[in-house]
Amino acid sequence: MTDTTTTAVATRLTTRQLSRRRRIASWKRGWAQFRTHRSGMIGLGILVVFIVVALAAPLLASRDGLDVTRANGPVLGAPSAHYLLGTDENGRSVLTLLIWGSRVSLLVGLMATLISMVIGTLIGLVSGFFPGWVGRIFFRLTEWFLVIPFLPLAIALATVLGRSLFNIILVIGVTSWPGTALLIRSQTLSIKERPYVERAQAIGAGRWHQIGKHVLPNVMPMVFANTTLTVAIAILSETTLSFLGLGDPTRTSWGTMLDSAFEVGAITTGCWWYIIPPGVCVVLVVLAFTLIGQALEEVLNPRLRSRS
Amino acid sequence: MNGPTTAPLLALRDLHVTYATDAGLLRAVRGVDLAVESGQIVGVAGESGCGKSTLASTILRLQAANATVTGEVLFEGRDVLTMRWGDLRAVRWAGASIVFQGALHSLNPVHRIGEQVAEPIRLHTPGLGDASVRRRIAELLEQVGLDPERARAYPHQLSGGQKQRVMIAMALACDPQLVVADEPTTALDVMVQAQVLDVLSALVRERGVGMLMISHDLSVLADLCDRITVMYAGRVVEEGPAAQVFADPLHPYSGALSAAFPRVGDPAARFAPAGLPGDPPDPRQLPGGCSFAPRCPRAAEVCLPAEPELASYAEGRMAACVRIGDPTDSPVELVAETTARDGDPS
Amino acid sequence: MSLVAEPGLVAEDERSASQPRRRGYAAYVGLKVLGAIGSLCFMLVVNFLLFRVLPGDPAKTLGRGRLTSQAQVDAFNKTYGLNEPLPQQFLTFLKNIAHGDLGISLQYRLPVSQLIMDRLWTTLLLVGTSTILATVIGVYLGIRGAWNRGGLFDRISTGASLTLYSMPEWWLGLLLIAGLGVGFGFVPGLFPTGLLHSQNVDPNSLHGVFDTVWHLVLPVTTLTLAYLADYSLIMRSSLLDELGEDYLQTARAKGLRDVQVRNHHAVRNALLPTTTIIALNIGFVVSGAITVETVFSIPGLGLLATDAIGVPDFWVLQGTFLVASAGVILANLAANLLYGWLDPRVRT
Repeated sequence: MTDTTTTAVATRLTTRQLSRRRRIASWKRGWAQFRTHRSGMIGLGILVVFIVVALAAPLLASRDGLDVTRANGPVLGAPSAHYLLGTDENGRSVLTLLIWGSRVSLLVGLMATLISMVIGTLIGLVSGFFPGWVGRIFFRLTEWFLVIPFLPLAIALATVLGRSLFNIILVIGVTSWPGTALLIRSQTLSIKERPYVERAQAIGAGRWHQIGKHVLPNVMPMVFANTTLTVAIAILSETTLSFLGLGDPTRTSWGTMLDSAFEVGAITTGCWWYIIPPGVCVVLVVLAFTLIGQALEEVLNPRLRSRS
Repeated sequence: MNGPTTAPLLALRDLHVTYATDAGLLRAVRGVDLAVESGQIVGVAGESGCGKSTLASTILRLQAANATVTGEVLFEGRDVLTMRWGDLRAVRWAGASIVFQGALHSLNPVHRIGEQVAEPIRLHTPGLGDASVRRRIAELLEQVGLDPERARAYPHQLSGGQKQRVMIAMALACDPQLVVADEPTTALDVMVQAQVLDVLSALVRERGVGMLMISHDLSVLADLCDRITVMYAGRVVEEGPAAQVFADPLHPYSGALSAAFPRVGDPAARFAPAGLPGDPPDPRQLPGGCSFAPRCPRAAEVCLPAEPELASYAEGRMAACVRIGDPTDSPVELVAETTARDGDPS
Repeated sequence: MSLVAEPGLVAEDERSASQPRRRGYAAYVGLKVLGAIGSLCFMLVVNFLLFRVLPGDPAKTLGRGRLTSQAQVDAFNKTYGLNEPLPQQFLTFLKNIAHGDLGISLQYRLPVSQLIMDRLWTTLLLVGTSTILATVIGVYLGIRGAWNRGGLFDRISTGASLTLYSMPEWWLGLLLIAGLGVGFGFVPGLFPTGLLHSQNVDPNSLHGVFDTVWHLVLPVTTLTLAYLADYSLIMRSSLLDELGEDYLQTARAKGLRDVQVRNHHAVRNALLPTTTIIALNIGFVVSGAITVETVFSIPGLGLLATDAIGVPDFWVLQGTFLVASAGVILANLAANLLYGWLDPRVRT
């Protein structure tokens, strides 16, 4: 008895190790392919720089620099040796704001994407895998949400829910999932037809077992590629919502900086240092995510790969 | 080469095609000579990846952008590869047309088939009125056994066989001197294959034009063609009259191709090794010596030093194998040999 | 709003849905219209929930400090029927919308429907012009880039499109204002930076028309650049999808010129997904206009919505949301019908 159990455990362990080893190998292969993508690597480089800046913000600039009451620089002062990127209307260093703002922008982008991915993947899997009315209802739901105009909805939600970082994340998260859901659905539909899933079904594997063991691992790469593209959109959305005055008034993000800059008339007064740097940061980060996402898609999507 | 009166309709001279790929140079065609006379049907046989479709694409200079072509492709004595663009466009379809493989995707899904057949007619006979073009389309569709009414259909409304018939009608639209058929029946089921091939060969014979037919199916080629060229790894390994190449192959590879299709009523074929072990070599890394040697049942020391040249063995028959007529065979190889010989009805 | 990866999605779905059972175009239209009606119903429910149920106590949120006494709150609730049970409220909501009654703006003291009708044309003018320009230029860039993939033109135009795509369109607007509107250094401002026409010009005169065009230069440029980034990337990837197709080899073998192969065959097929996405994007008129109208102070639907945020003017927000989503649904329907009409595999 004990003997059979140990062998069973042993074989299970080895199969698990085997599949783990195989997975590591496929990741390595993917990375090797990704590395040949020049634009993807450029994107990755930009992103790493911004992540390092966001993580090291306390080392790069004191948090006190964000406090309006302690600011003692000139009002909308031009760049100088002391304030490399000038100051804002409260006399705070724009560079400090920029460094701390990167945290909020990245955080909102990543968290909103997480929400969107979880919802999108779940609904996509269900609508693709479950036959009959269950799948159909979820598919309809996706289609309906797809046609809700994002910005007006986000404005309405943000107005109704109030202004906070959490609400911004929530609003972007719950409005940006339908695209992911459709993508996951079409992937699921094609994987469902594959022989090993049909075999699992014939053996009598439960639905969630089939989804967990066979469908999800195959869908994950696409989710991964889609995630990076969604982060790009989420960061753009955060910037836009903040610019429209719906951002968290207690936190500084690149979007709220641009909102203040617009409000105090930085354009007409020619305070370019207040307008250009936050925008350039947004463009760079969004571009980085887009480039990485495109490269990942090409590496992971067999259809695109076979095309070239 | 300046005597078009004596030149064959199509002549390939020492044709080489090399693709530049990420993984290195891929030598798809390596020094092929081939000729098609007017009124003659010439078959090119070989496994997928032997370079036969690449060969077809060079005839109208349709090779992919990453391909380098050297040698000559003489159509009516003029080299297609170095022709001016204007002349080349005039040769395309009006001089030589192609029935592509996989009719599924060779027709444009968003145009009616009538328009697609009409396109080359309008292009190559500019003055022709609409009514004449319409009459011509109806005539062509009827010749390939389709209802002229179908001109208004879109490709997705036709079956695979019907689409291939449309391709044939299209290929004949401008009365070309040469028709290249590149695996014209690959995606079709057997009955439809036979019908399509009948239509194609009948029309070609009737018009007395030349045809180059490419297929992996040696038995089909043996039925339809006058001569057959067998290709392996980008080279010609055997050339000769169709019936003889099929029934009495000289090269072991032709023997294997021939044996791959059992003949009804032939008891020996039932015991023949129907397949050939292994795969064709990677064209990026060809073995030294005879490229067929690794799979060849008759391979010996003499095969390894150099790639054998095509040499004449009988009246109008050529092969590239140093072991032909060599009596030192091992028992295993004798089986293959006997089979091939036994299959000879003569 | 759309990802670069989307065209394949739309097209595949349409194709796989239509191929097994071939139905006529009429049936296809019927199905799509039904779907649109379904979406419309869903949108009404969302709208209702969003503005009556989510706020919790509407009187508090909607009034936000304006309704001080209990009497005022009661009056407010009575006016908007907020004391009634939810189903009853929903019916009232539907009835009002059917009558075109979208409430009274807290800010302007005017019916919301009237405010919307007044501003709709401004937004349509701005977004319509930009869409047409962006479509023409974007499709052209996409075709040229894809046809010579990896060439200098392709690299420049794809790089520029990706950068524009990564840019918030209103920030681009700010840059254009700073560069071409205000002027910098010794460079004078060239274009007006805001509003739809100068104050002392009659907008209905010929001079007024030129004046409006003059005012629209910067906002239209902004939106055009923002949209064309999207469209050129979509057109490029759709055309790249077609490049390997066998029918192009057939077309080349026929002796067609390169341009003919491209325009009559490849582009005709690649336009299917592109057209669908452009039609879909037209639905996002209001969304697109919101930020650009804000930056350029153009009195359209977008500015109406952003001005309502601060108050907050709920009935205006609800009204603009309603118009915005109705626009998307209509455009979605149009996109589907157009796709069916363009693709014989769906039509026949």
